[in-house]
Amino acid sequence: MSAVIREPSDVAPAPYVAHHFDDAEQQFEASTLGMWIFLATEVLFFGGALSAFAYYYWQNADAFEAASNHLDLVAGTINTAVLLSSSLSMVLAVHAAQTAGRGRQIFWLLVTFALGAAFLGIKTYEYAHKFHEGLVPGPFFRYAGPNAPQHEMFISFYFALTGLHALHMIIGLGIMGTLTVLSWRGWFSPAYFTPVEVSGLYWHFVDIVWIFLFPLLYLLGRH
Amino acid sequence: MTAHVTSPRTYVFVFVALIALTALTVTAAQIDLGWMNAVVALAIATLKAFLVVTFFMGLRFSSFVSRVWLLAAVAFVLLLLGGSLDDLFTRHTATYLPYEQMDGAVPGIGLDGLPTRPAH
Repeated sequence: MSAVIREPSDVAPAPYVAHHFDDAEQQFEASTLGMWIFLATEVLFFGGALSAFAYYYWQNADAFEAASNHLDLVAGTINTAVLLSSSLSMVLAVHAAQTAGRGRQIFWLLVTFALGAAFLGIKTYEYAHKFHEGLVPGPFFRYAGPNAPQHEMFISFYFALTGLHALHMIIGLGIMGTLTVLSWRGWFSPAYFTPVEVSGLYWHFVDIVWIFLFPLLYLLGRH
Repeated sequence: MTAHVTSPRTYVFVFVALIALTALTVTAAQIDLGWMNAVVALAIATLKAFLVVTFFMGLRFSSFVSRVWLLAAVAFVLLLLGGSLDDLFTRHTATYLPYEQMDGAVPGIGLDGLPTRPAH
């Protein structure tokens, strides 16, 4: 895919193989490899934050588990289901780009967008509740029970980890919107669907981060 | 361009499995398994991630190099975590005793907290 800015067009652009690739398949593989390399850096990004969390959890297991129980388990579980559904709709959007016309593509891309927005909506509700309860890191933290410093540490991790994740979701929503516009312009077909595939990889990765965040933040103290 | 087109049926099956595993992990979290709770939670999360990577992200169809990159990233995170926990586990400072009981509590350290020197 060349870097030329495309003009709005009703005609799908002809699949273009850049001169440094042998064929379209190699070009596609190179694009997906590029995204996997970026995702590898993201694994290290979240991995570092999660390692810090694991470290402090090991030192303060009981207090962290007590603090974890202050999180809304129902909201967290629903959010997990919402994100898993959005991964399904994303992969169906890729499938639509591989096999169908822009109608189905746009449908599944918008479903993915809606589910991602729903996730952020539920997150906003959770955050608002935390602000209301005073469970926010910083000078406005208030907690009346025992082990308040450890509770503040856990809440700091909660906001840092889910905040980073939410930032990635917002970027993902931007990507979904862009893909919807491009799909409407007729860019994607069985011959060329690389942006959808590669954006799907990013979206699934953000889902995987949540798959790990959910048990670590919400489930550790429930027994 | 040859692309591996997976049928939507496969995707739906994997999705149902993921939802089932989510229900499983929430249920297992409510049962007191002691330290096994964290192990079970992480094991289920790893299985879910594996399903997403294999079926939704199509890593089984991708080039070998992509898999190497992912495994390398995971390996380095485990190295980071392993090194940090190794430090934590070998500090031997978990229990602080009252001053009167300090003498002899840590081998080689005297009442003043300094290493005892053998008499010359």
